[in-house]
Amino acid sequence: MAAAPEILDLTHADRSLAQQVTPGRWEKMLSCIQCGTCTASCPAAPAMDLSPRRMWRMVQLGMTEEVLRSKSIWLCSLCYTCHVRCPRGIPLTETIVRLKELAIERGIVSSPQSGAFYRTFADVMRRYGRMREVEFMARYFLASNPLAALGFARLGLTMLARGKIGLEWPRLGGEGRLDRLFARVAELEGKR
Amino acid sequence: MRYIFYPGCSQEGTALEYRDSSLAVLRALGADVEELEDWTCCGASVAPVMSDLLGLVLPARNLALAEQQADGRDLLVVCSACYTNFRRTAATLAADRSLHDKVNQALEVENLTYQGTLTARHILDVLANDFGPEAVRARVQKPLEGLTVAPYYGCQTVRPYSPFDNGQRPTSMLPLLEALGVRVHRHPREASCCGTSLLMTKPEVGLTMAGAVLAACEGADCIVTVCPMCHMNLDAYQDKVSRLLGRTVRIPVLYLPQLMGLAFGLPREVLGLQRHVTPVSF
Repeated sequence: MAAAPEILDLTHADRSLAQQVTPGRWEKMLSCIQCGTCTASCPAAPAMDLSPRRMWRMVQLGMTEEVLRSKSIWLCSLCYTCHVRCPRGIPLTETIVRLKELAIERGIVSSPQSGAFYRTFADVMRRYGRMREVEFMARYFLASNPLAALGFARLGLTMLARGKIGLEWPRLGGEGRLDRLFARVAELEGKR
Repeated sequence: MRYIFYPGCSQEGTALEYRDSSLAVLRALGADVEELEDWTCCGASVAPVMSDLLGLVLPARNLALAEQQADGRDLLVVCSACYTNFRRTAATLAADRSLHDKVNQALEVENLTYQGTLTARHILDVLANDFGPEAVRARVQKPLEGLTVAPYYGCQTVRPYSPFDNGQRPTSMLPLLEALGVRVHRHPREASCCGTSLLMTKPEVGLTMAGAVLAACEGADCIVTVCPMCHMNLDAYQDKVSRLLGRTVRIPVLYLPQLMGLAFGLPREVLGLQRHVTPVSF
């Protein structure tokens, strides 16, 4: 007689990850029926190591390490297609944003380019209050992969010639425009 | 029609022509537009990843400023990422009193308080619904007959916080385009993703996404968009997309206000058509 198929029992699953990344709405995350609409809708799914559907099951099961180490969360471009199509109404895109936050908090960022992107962008924003695109690009390439900058050099020169970008000296000393607001937020979050 | 205007960072840099053409076209339609004073970055897609609270506080700072200066006016936004951040923040804080209080505790260091009384409007919403095709048609001096245009909305213009169009099958651009006299090239990627920052962090994935949009628009004389991120990804990477697809893809990408400005007979320099990476030859 064939063995009875093993049934995945969610009753005793570790819910801490779902609770952490869908605050106040984690029961919704547990209601995922694994239909796969998210994976079918995701323009980046073919490049992912964990398909969105698998990833949501792993969130339900509390497989924190595996989910945070995956490349998938860094491939989400925030297009919100899965989010608006999910038949259970789970706020999927915003849950991925929380997964990225958690991965950075724990120092597990499987994509060094994404880590450099977020760090550099946040720093330029804090310093000037507004984005300075050229300084951001330069610092991003220095921090991630200086060789990759070569692939953008021709485009950069074209944009310079068309007046689409201009050069500004960085201002590294002194108080940044949003230093106090960033510090206040960190204080309120108990991060300092 | 009076608006308080939040330009957003790229409108001071790579997308200066979007700001200039938007202001020129809105003024040609009789709108009164005044820039928000002392605005700062909305946090883009970055602040919410650095911290949940920061991702709400940075948009709320600008919304609070706008509430002080608005005097009954709506907040006009041209960038779809800024727009989404403002609408997401307003919706999130309206539903969570204690989070709203926490955001205001943070804003104390800027001497600001966010009330939740202001509406952020995307320029496409304003053009389609406050002015509409009849007002646009009345202003057209050089109908763009013979031009075939592929509309491209991208993601965050229409979802998930946008009340003015269908999030998956948007149509709000169609009456405006028809009012300009153009033929419309409908295609299945009108609300697909352009690849956003993946063009920088994961170029092979980002280029595939931008390439899919460009390929769907082939056959049109130009693409029309309403987001600076979409514009950058579709306009600036056509060489790389061509290499990826193994054939040359060359299609000018205009902001909707630039196309409207052409039909209104506004000077090309004001519209900034010379600033694009892919030349605009018509």
